[in-house]
Amino acid sequence: MTILKRGLSRRRVLQTGMAGIIGSGVAPLVFTKGAWAQEFCNNPTGDTVVFGLNLPLTGTYAEEGADEQKAYELAIAHLNGEGDGGLLNVLQPSALKGNGILGKKVTYVSSDSQTKSDVARAGATRMIERDGAIMITGGSSSGEAIAVQGLCQEMGVIFMAGLTHSNDTTGKDKRRYGFRHFFNAYQSGIGLAPVLGQSYGNDRQAYHLTADYTWGWTQEESIKNATEALGWKTTAAVKTPLGTTDYSQYLTPILNSGADVLILNHYGLDMVNSLTQAVQFGMRDRQANGKDFQIVTPLISELMAKGAGESVKGIFGTSNWHWNLQDPGSIAFTKSFGAAYGSPPSQAAHTAYVQALLYADAVERAGTFYPPEVIKALEGHEFDGMGNGKTLYRAEDHQCIKSVLVVQGNESPTSEFDVLNVVQEIDRDTVAYDPAIFGGDLGPAEPVPMCA
Amino acid sequence: MFEIIFLQFLNGLDKGAAYALIALGLTLVFGTLGVVNFAHGALFMLGAFCAVTVRMFLTMETVTIDPEKLSPWGAPLEVREPLVQAWLGDFGAVLVNYSVPLSILITIPIMLLVGIGLERGIIKHFYKRTHAEQILVTFGLAIVAQEVIKSVFGPNPIPQPMPTDLRGAADIGAWLGMQANVITYPVWRLIYFVFAGVVIGGVFAFLQFTTFGMVVRAGMADRETVGLLGINIDRRFTIMFGLAAVVAGMAGVMYTPLLPPNYHLGMDFLVLSFVVVVVGGMGSLPGAVAAGFLLGILQSFASMNQVKAIFPGIDQIIIYLVAVIILLVRPRGLMGRRGVMEA
Repeated sequence: MTILKRGLSRRRVLQTGMAGIIGSGVAPLVFTKGAWAQEFCNNPTGDTVVFGLNLPLTGTYAEEGADEQKAYELAIAHLNGEGDGGLLNVLQPSALKGNGILGKKVTYVSSDSQTKSDVARAGATRMIERDGAIMITGGSSSGEAIAVQGLCQEMGVIFMAGLTHSNDTTGKDKRRYGFRHFFNAYQSGIGLAPVLGQSYGNDRQAYHLTADYTWGWTQEESIKNATEALGWKTTAAVKTPLGTTDYSQYLTPILNSGADVLILNHYGLDMVNSLTQAVQFGMRDRQANGKDFQIVTPLISELMAKGAGESVKGIFGTSNWHWNLQDPGSIAFTKSFGAAYGSPPSQAAHTAYVQALLYADAVERAGTFYPPEVIKALEGHEFDGMGNGKTLYRAEDHQCIKSVLVVQGNESPTSEFDVLNVVQEIDRDTVAYDPAIFGGDLGPAEPVPMCA
Repeated sequence: MFEIIFLQFLNGLDKGAAYALIALGLTLVFGTLGVVNFAHGALFMLGAFCAVTVRMFLTMETVTIDPEKLSPWGAPLEVREPLVQAWLGDFGAVLVNYSVPLSILITIPIMLLVGIGLERGIIKHFYKRTHAEQILVTFGLAIVAQEVIKSVFGPNPIPQPMPTDLRGAADIGAWLGMQANVITYPVWRLIYFVFAGVVIGGVFAFLQFTTFGMVVRAGMADRETVGLLGINIDRRFTIMFGLAAVVAGMAGVMYTPLLPPNYHLGMDFLVLSFVVVVVGGMGSLPGAVAAGFLLGILQSFASMNQVKAIFPGIDQIIIYLVAVIILLVRPRGLMGRRGVMEA
């Protein structure tokens, strides 16, 4: 009787009803954003959150990897409220507060990917499973990026790609959990071809040497399409293994091939070696078809230009960003990076830094680390102030659409850092393209895979 | 077409010279001491890093702060002044410019000491062991050497510029009375070819025309008999190990402008040079030289677009393909002694 009397009270009815609602699992879906706690990979429960930095610290792209590491360390310091704040001060719009991410201090673990896709994938797996990384970022090769991006999709961890330029990264191999800030080979072609036509004319014979992996293939295809649209002809396109050191056997056939332009679809140390050796073979002093023989490096960075030294003078290429740009974002980043490390940042460092901040900002805007919500916050997000003008993280393929730089090796550098000149800034509308042309399928964000 | 074939042949000779030079020391050690020295690639790498070290010393700088000028990031500008030029003026600039060839003067005594120390300290204890044990210990030494270099110089390649006067290409076609700019070849690669020829010729001459060389050759043919004549053949063989180290080291020094050295350089060349020695015949000096040139030329021709159109990827496997065929058809190699590697 007592029970019956108590059970009939209004309070008891409310308590029982509420318990029933909670027990049936309705409440988590209705009341709180964080109710998916524990239901995704490496949900940070303490007062820190771990970034997994997958960096090529050895191998062909090691210089880029080392510069990326510096940039990530700087970004993490700025996110935690240390230093001068860097691009946190100029990112628009921004939800970043300089107190970590959602109040949690950012830390990191790192792994040397050795510029090898399989090692990169193993390193990312280790950082996710053993070290509890909430997000994987880094890399300087599209082979690595595509391998790690696929892994992150399987494990439900967001991948903020570092330097990757293959069309496939956000094309046929795009993934819902993968995001790329860097531009791609197709955009290089769009940006570079008019400048080449203007400088070298529309009647040229091009010979391609191409790094034999996804990035080289798509760059060769994009540059071929863009230059052939100008009226150039392609004499030959020869693949060279990634990491080739002696290019002599590939260079000698060019000398009497009828080509008057050599296009080097190489990057990092491969580019330094092939360009230097091409110049040693006297290619820049040659005449072919009644014209001065030219060399073109469609993707080039300050680090490579510095490595190639004299050989790079006057050579055209494209870049994602350059430290000498005079917008507030570029000035702020160059100042922070230079003060910390005594040299201006490379484009690899810039994209790495920006990716770390964009992820953190997306988490803050989503109010959770839950990956599908972070993905939603990044998809279609438009921002400014990071050195590339107004930028869109396109929802359809997770490719950042922003301006592209055409650069040229500086003929008369004023310092060891003054190796490239920005010739032209191609606006983002010109380099935008229909994402459908590269196919691919992003795949689902949910259900969220569990990493362990 | 003649120009293309001529250039590929020239390129093959150049590659072959590099292979032969490295293989020469390897086969010299096998021929004299009977040791399969898997640390030979590491000796090549150590030579290259002698050049790196010399250049590091020659390009040391003083750093002063100029408060009136700013760096691109707004900090007071660091002004760097080369120390050697400040001390020695134009002569200092010449030293820096020619740092690679000058490094050979330092490399010869260093590599001689390294070679003799290695042989006396470790290798001699393995003379009577099996080839498998010799390979294990020398391979271990190679790993130790590369890890030491990695910890001192870092993991990344360190470019070594060639002298400014020797950059660019020589117009060989014009020398031969042909049209200008048809057959051109990098000057430094021609120098490396000539250098390799001089070193190989020097080693052969040393073995052929000196008493020391005669004793060594006798020791290679019949070590016990030479010992019974009262000649300390072990001492001469130790010196030969040092000589092999010097040859490898010099080859490494001169290769640095063509390929920026890193800690892994030795391993990259070890496999190739071992294949060259096997193809030429273990312990045969003429065999190593002949096989080096043969494989270099074959690799160069296999790289021609016309050849690759028929056999895609042949340039990557040609050397190993030849090695497999030689081992199947003539296990002792092209000029190997009967019985060696045939058991």
